[in-house]
Amino acid sequence: MYTEKVMDHFTNPRNVGEIKEASGVGEVGNAKCGDIMRIYLQVEDNIIKDVKFKTFGCGAAIATSSMVTELVKGKNLEEALQISNQAVAEALGGLPPAKMHCSNLAADALHEAIKDYMNKKEGK
Amino acid sequence: MKRIYFDHSATTAVDADVAKLMLEYMTEKFGNPSSIHSFGREVRKAVDEARGHVADLIGANANEIFFTSGGTEADNIALKGVAFANRKKGNHIITTAIEHHAILHTCEYLEKQGFSITYLPVDENARVRIEDVRNAITDKTILISVMFANNEVGTLQPIKEIGEIAKEKGIYFHTDAVQAVGSYPINVKELNIDLLTLSGHKFHGPKGIGALYARRGVRLEAQQQGGGQERSIRPGTENVPGIIGLGKAAEIAKRDLEKKIAHISALRDKLMAGIQAKIPDIKLNGHPTLRMPGNVNFSFRFVEGESLLLNLDLKGIAASSGSACTSGSLDPSHVLLAMGLTHEVAHGSLRISLGRGNTEEEIDYCLTVLPEIIERLRSMSPLSNSSTMAENNPCSHCHKH
Repeated sequence: MYTEKVMDHFTNPRNVGEIKEASGVGEVGNAKCGDIMRIYLQVEDNIIKDVKFKTFGCGAAIATSSMVTELVKGKNLEEALQISNQAVAEALGGLPPAKMHCSNLAADALHEAIKDYMNKKEGK
Repeated sequence: MKRIYFDHSATTAVDADVAKLMLEYMTEKFGNPSSIHSFGREVRKAVDEARGHVADLIGANANEIFFTSGGTEADNIALKGVAFANRKKGNHIITTAIEHHAILHTCEYLEKQGFSITYLPVDENARVRIEDVRNAITDKTILISVMFANNEVGTLQPIKEIGEIAKEKGIYFHTDAVQAVGSYPINVKELNIDLLTLSGHKFHGPKGIGALYARRGVRLEAQQQGGGQERSIRPGTENVPGIIGLGKAAEIAKRDLEKKIAHISALRDKLMAGIQAKIPDIKLNGHPTLRMPGNVNFSFRFVEGESLLLNLDLKGIAASSGSACTSGSLDPSHVLLAMGLTHEVAHGSLRISLGRGNTEEEIDYCLTVLPEIIERLRSMSPLSNSSTMAENNPCSHCHKH
């Protein structure tokens, strides 16, 4: 039911972990639905220098989290904000229809993390 | 890679002797049992023998067995058949919140037809309380339907006690025994069961065949009309290879039952003890002792079931889960929720259902692989921190440790 690319990211997820003192952290989903994604960003000069994730969820949730970190690393924030859930799914060669809604939230977590970074910056 | 099958509650392999016999009744002995000639007569005789084997397995008489296309059809005939035939007596049916969808969705249909259904709750071990059964009965109650053993968590229900109550009150008692027949001793007469559903593929028979036992004298209305086969309760030319296969599987199940239960429950106990010793933050789902011999069901906190199944599958182990992703809906299993599990704990459930072909080596292998997978998934989980958990679950019915 999953593409080879999804299974690759599921079995060998990229950028798993946390960033201590991250520039921004974003979390979406909830345990009730069975998916929680948390993304940590390290931003320097408007560029995403490092990104890590932690995810509780199904195969699609883990694979999309891994893929979004791969897509976004080294990008500037404007480019990162352009990345949609749809684009993450496409980069994985597609997801089963049932997973498009419930587990395809990684870009939302990324955007939340960027928002968190912006808020912190403005707060300074 | 060696593949290990730990999903016997889903289905089982057809026994080689069963398959061999079925082939004979497709190729050489292909007659229609309703035909008067020798081709028909030899098949009629074999169908009757098969009926006898199925009856023997559950302590029934052969003329109380009606072949169906499987468990779902038998459940439908039992519920709708009793409901529509006994409408004048009353319109109330009692069942439980943890039944299979073949029962629950049929009950929902009956509600639309004007019947009133009570869905009994269960305790934290998925067991129905006898006093709840007693209290639910009204003068309109015509049927009680309680599963023999739950398909997800393996809990055995107090069937004998419910049978006694039903008999005392003159209410029909049906049990969906799909998970238990062929894997657990059942005698319908001793247990006062009026109707019972069984399915061939759960005990090494073929798919697409099952049976309804209906005690002689139970008033049932047919749910389809046709040529009069199965005494018009389930008309249609008999699925002869299926029936022959079911009969053979029943014969083998009866012959080997004690040996099978001893083998499987020893493996189950070893697996359960091993998981409990090796993996922290887990919850056993289902009753600690009153459970099916082959059922192991744990929730692993901070882990989601589908990820767990995919990882096990990559290691060659086939199991199942009650997580939303595997239940085919947005909610995790209705059984786990009815037991009072939080959504998050229900999402992290794993069911391993053992069968006669499993070995101790397979259990050992699972006990090596499973802790590694759980540890890896937990290391990736943002929930591996009890404070976050509490925050995410301000739920009133959290289970006790």
